Amino acid sequence: MNKVLKLGAATAAAMTVAGAVHAGTLDKVREAGELACGVSEGVPGFSNPNSEGVWVGFDVDFCRAIAAAILGDAEAVRYVPLASKQKVLAVSSGQVDLTSRTTTWTMKRDTTEGVDFTAVVYYDGQGFMINAATGVESAKEMDGATVCVTTGTTTELNLADFGRSNDLQLEPVVFEGKHEAVEAYKSGRCDALTTDMSQLAAFRTSFADPSAHRILPEVISKEPLAPLVAHGDNQWKDLVTWVVFGLIAAEDLGITQANVAEQAANATAPNIKRLLGSSGDTGGFIGLDGDWMVKAISAVGNYGEIFGRNLTATLGMERGLNAQWKDGGILYAMPIR
Amino acid sequence: MAVTSTKTALGLTAGAMRSALSQGAVLALVLAGVYLLFDNTQENLALRGIESGFAFLEQEAGLPIGDSLIDYDPTRSYGYAFLVGVLNTLFVSVLAIIGATVLGVIVGVSRVSRNWLLAKVAAIYVETLRNLPLLLTLFFVYSVVIAALPHPRDAIGLIDGVYLSKRGFYLPRPQAGPGFAVFAIGTAVALMLGIVFWRWAARHKIRTGRSVPGFRGGLAIFVGLAGFAFLLGGSPVSGELPVYSGFNFKGGMVMRPEFTSLLIGLVLYTAAYIGENVRSGIQSVDAGQIEAANALGVSSAVVTRKVLLPQALRVTIPATTNDYASLVKNSSLAVAIGYPDMVSIGGTIIGQNGQAVEIIAMWMAVYLTINLVISVGMNYLNARVQHAQR
Repeated sequence: MNKVLKLGAATAAAMTVAGAVHAGTLDKVREAGELACGVSEGVPGFSNPNSEGVWVGFDVDFCRAIAAAILGDAEAVRYVPLASKQKVLAVSSGQVDLTSRTTTWTMKRDTTEGVDFTAVVYYDGQGFMINAATGVESAKEMDGATVCVTTGTTTELNLADFGRSNDLQLEPVVFEGKHEAVEAYKSGRCDALTTDMSQLAAFRTSFADPSAHRILPEVISKEPLAPLVAHGDNQWKDLVTWVVFGLIAAEDLGITQANVAEQAANATAPNIKRLLGSSGDTGGFIGLDGDWMVKAISAVGNYGEIFGRNLTATLGMERGLNAQWKDGGILYAMPIR
Repeated sequence: MAVTSTKTALGLTAGAMRSALSQGAVLALVLAGVYLLFDNTQENLALRGIESGFAFLEQEAGLPIGDSLIDYDPTRSYGYAFLVGVLNTLFVSVLAIIGATVLGVIVGVSRVSRNWLLAKVAAIYVETLRNLPLLLTLFFVYSVVIAALPHPRDAIGLIDGVYLSKRGFYLPRPQAGPGFAVFAIGTAVALMLGIVFWRWAARHKIRTGRSVPGFRGGLAIFVGLAGFAFLLGGSPVSGELPVYSGFNFKGGMVMRPEFTSLLIGLVLYTAAYIGENVRSGIQSVDAGQIEAANALGVSSAVVTRKVLLPQALRVTIPATTNDYASLVKNSSLAVAIGYPDMVSIGGTIIGQNGQAVEIIAMWMAVYLTINLVISVGMNYLNARVQHAQR
């Protein structure tokens, strides 16, 4: 009897604690001394463990930047690999502090699923990859084709939409994990593979003969990818949003990993002084120290450096839409003042 | 502590009273726990602006499903999509249960066979399959065996209309011809007559003690009459042949690789366990029973059917009930190899709506229902077997 009572009391206590999880994610991160960051299960260039088992990539660098801005240590991150269907739930339930993982900002997710999106880090769109030997040049020629896709994603819905609006019979084979979908495509189970363009390019580089696979020109959807946080903690949402804007602004202002310390000490431009905390108190707005962006940029560089290191250098991807607004892209940080 | 026989006011012994009280207390605690959990979940969902309730099941699903037993297109509702998944789960489970039972009995009987080679092969099979995680078996069948088949354009054509490729096993789709009604009615009549004969033979044997081959006779009546009806209808069944065009075969029927792999994996895996149940059942029958039956001079087939099996089943059935239940649950591994079962489709719905609590509750309800049905059926069977002896 005694044991049962104890168990009951412990369960009740655990549930009370669970209920309070969201009161102040920033305090929680400070107390834990680490940031719990949800990432993908492995997409080259975006988030993938390297040969030493260390997580690297575009999405990973945003985790690192946020950890650096808060704790002054870019290594203070606990990475939690999440499957597509878990990514929203893991954040809304408080399992991770944020998810930085190729997740599309949709109205439904934002409004009804207990999460908030922060700032777009990558403007993507869904496309198709097909074996070049088929001779298919356009997605419109794919009537009757079998298409491999990952479950729990907007990709899956867009595929159905695309088939419906173009009167194409597309036979989906839906997999739990990206890896399984890619393997099935490679083995010839499917004629085509569909996911975001960036990931198609990423996966193609891992193929034995990348030139045997063609990425079709049609971009069938808009996929703005943004880190997401649990709904209801506005301070935390602001923090993640403005660290991302800070990294974009840093590129705009010419602040790099190499010159950030020198800029923080000597820059005279008011924009740069505000961003790096040598005048005003931008860090204080979001509950951080004045040198929040100095720490973040020292750790991972500005947006352009993050993009170049992870996506251009390894996957050969171009900036495209993701170039700064003044270079013909749509990347635009809100004013930091 | 010894149970005293002092009766309390309610007419219960003190021991029973104490037991009832403590059980009531535990029940109250469990209920309180469940309530707390429910309340806490609701509160947290509301706090984060997550919708709850089952209203989303009415909304258009918009998701593609590759393998469906009923007509499906993405304009159907989430509830309908989930139903497609449930039917897929049921379909593969039922076929796998049948397959695993047949193979399991063969393996179990082989293991106790006096044929050394057969017994060893069966033993190796059982030990291998039981010690491999099912997921590995599934991946092996899916990514190694089936993926090694040729592309549809170079498909292996066994006979006209039957093709084997990495996109699946293609078969002609049966189509009813003009004389189909005659054939259908003829078959039904033949089936009835066959059964009538079988039952008459059984009663005749009890009455007169003379053995009439009831089952074989009934089968002969059925096959003969049904065949006659088929000829009379003027080949009433034809097949729509699958034809390769563009990317893939069109027309005909297909067993897709995901379905086939899942079925093969479940059958191979579960048959190993059922084989062990059958073996232990057979070995549980006292050797003296068989010797006594043999001493009566009846054929060994009759000894097997009338003496060995009824007693072996007593041990085999309860254990097999568990294996059937496991099989149904294991079918959820489908998600790893892309078969759209209930868990795969439910997972997609969670991904689109975030309503995990509802979907998980639905999964639990469906699995619970299936397994209770299996349990009830098997218990009925078990009760009949238990009744049949001693």
